[in-house]
Formats: sequence, C-alpha cells, structure tokens
Amino acid sequence: MSSIEKTNIEIAKAPPGIEGAGFFATSLDKAVGIARSNSLWPLPFATSCCGIEFMATMASNYDLARFGSERLSFSPRQADLLMVMGTISKKLAPVLLQVYEQMAEPKWVLSMGACACSGGIFDTYSVLQGIDRIIPVDVYIPGCPPRPEQVLDGIMQIQKLTQSETIRRRDSPEYTAMLNKYGIE
Amino acid sequence: MEQNLISLVENKLKANFADAFVSAEMIAEYPTFIIKKDSIADIVKFLYNDEELQFQYLTTLAGLHYPDNKGEEFGMMYQLHNLPKNYKIRLKIFFSVNDLTVPSITSVFSAANWMERQEFDFFGIQFKGHPNLKRILNMDDMHYHPMRKEYVLEDGTREDKDDKMFGR
Repeated sequence: MSSIEKTNIEIAKAPPGIEGAGFFATSLDKAVGIARSNSLWPLPFATSCCGIEFMATMASNYDLARFGSERLSFSPRQADLLMVMGTISKKLAPVLLQVYEQMAEPKWVLSMGACACSGGIFDTYSVLQGIDRIIPVDVYIPGCPPRPEQVLDGIMQIQKLTQSETIRRRDSPEYTAMLNKYGIE
Repeated sequence: MEQNLISLVENKLKANFADAFVSAEMIAEYPTFIIKKDSIADIVKFLYNDEELQFQYLTTLAGLHYPDNKGEEFGMMYQLHNLPKNYKIRLKIFFSVNDLTVPSITSVFSAANWMERQEFDFFGIQFKGHPNLKRILNMDDMHYHPMRKEYVLEDGTREDKDDKMFGR
C-alpha cells in the first residue's frame, strides 16, 4: 500500500475560481476547457514517415495516453483534433479538406513535420506546399520527422489552446470569416 | 544470343514492315529497333503473334523527350519480353512535337492502358485508339505536362514558397 502512496501522480489542476465550504465556482469556459483538453480524440491523417513517429508517440515508451488522447478516432465526425502527418500531394488536398469539413466543432488541427507544414523537401509540382493553404492550422511541429517528444509538446500546445478557448469563439463572426478565407462555409 | 536475336528480329521486321523499319542497334545489352510511329501497334501485334518470337509480355513503356532533336522531339520506348526463351528487345519511335498522336497498343496488351495514360499525363502524348485517355496520377485540372524538359528547375517568382521561412 505504501508504495502506491509514494507515487507522484499529477492530476489536472482545478482552474482558478471561488472556493468555500462545500462549493467551488468557476466559469463554464474553464471547466469545459479542462474537460476538453484532457480528453482530446485525435484523428491521425498519416501519409508517410511522420506517421511512423506518431506510432512511437502512441506506443508505451512515449504514451500519448498520459495526456488523455489514448482514444484515436478514425471517424472525422467524432474527432476533436486533426493530426496531419506527412506529405500531402495536391491530389490528396481535396480529401484532407473534406475530412476537415466533416469534423464537428470545436476542432483543432496539428500539422506535424516539414512536409505538412511547408511541403518540406518536396518543392515540386505535385505536392501541396503546406496544409495551411487549404485548412487552418493551430499548431505546427517542425522536424523531418519530429521526435515523439516534439509531438507531445505539440499536443500540450493544443491542450493550452483548448483550455483558453471561450465557449462562444466558434460562433463568432471572426471565426466564420477565418473559415471563409479557406473557402469553408 | 543477343547478336542472333537482333538479326532475327531485324530480318523479320524488314521482311514484313520494310517501310517502317529505320534502324537496329545494341544499346545496353538490349537489341533496340527504331521504327516509324504509325506502324508501332501493327509491329507489336506482329511480334506478339509470331511463332518464333512470341513477345507476349510488355515489361514497360516510357515516354521520351529530347527537346534539342528538332523534328523528333518526342519518343516512346516499348520493352518487350519473351518469357519462355528470355528474349528481350526494345522498340523506339520518335516524332515531332507538332504531331503527338501515336497508335495505342492497348488492343495487344491490356497492361498498356494505365501506362499509356501515364505517358499522356506526363508528356502529353496522344494515344489513338486508347479506350480511356485521361490523366492518371496528376490532378485533372493540371494544365501542363510536368515531365517535359521545358521547365526551369525553379521559378524565382513563385509565391507559394515563403523564402523567409526557408533561409534562401
């Protein structure tokens, strides 16, 4: 029993709020943000070597499950986080856009590796020069391919974004205008 | 063996397609025959059906572009194989950029279907008689043929690559 007591397990901290005997009050944004950030369902859109690095991130050594993302969603409709990992050719671009459009709000996008961020070494007629030409990206992870530690850092950046997002942000005209810039209705 | 094969095929081609035969040469251990493009489908069919030669396996075909050869800028190479006897030959045709129409060999080899689509996609060679000649690898809305040797390696004016991000 004593060995369990000694383990240093860190659970998500409560957001700032007003505390008293038998109650705790905080804003809904913060409570929802904590829940969202610790239960992200990533959709892996892995097309090449970055996908292999992501598999290492998911496996026991690096264990993405520690951050609440052990459940991968292979259906875009149930996913919160689109992880684009690898070279996206121009012919694949409409597919990626459709996957993004099928995701329900709120949704975040993580672009992993040089190819997804910028086309990488594939400076050529057939490769999309960065996925941000077709969909909005929240976090970029540089590297060719990035190490699993970098992926974990990227996920933690996404968690920070989800925690600080206000409930009504996705209904705002600014958000709609941003999507319209990408041709997404 | 190759020397016998080259004279064997050469004699047969000269006997049956005297007008279409241009030259025969050993290139990289392959007997290579240059012929006129209008007869390519007939010659491939002849080589397929000939009792002695039986070139019934299409190893590959490829488009060629030599922009400096005026009048013969474009070409096609067909590599044929007789598996039982291990005969391997290449056929080449050359033609002008002004007339990129080539007879399709899909009536002889179904495998040529996608290969000819690829050469259409990358070189713009038009295959006459092809059942479904459209792009196969590139986007349908692409308006050029990217493997032609007529593009500079990098266009300095392009805007889809942000120099400040790449230190160039």
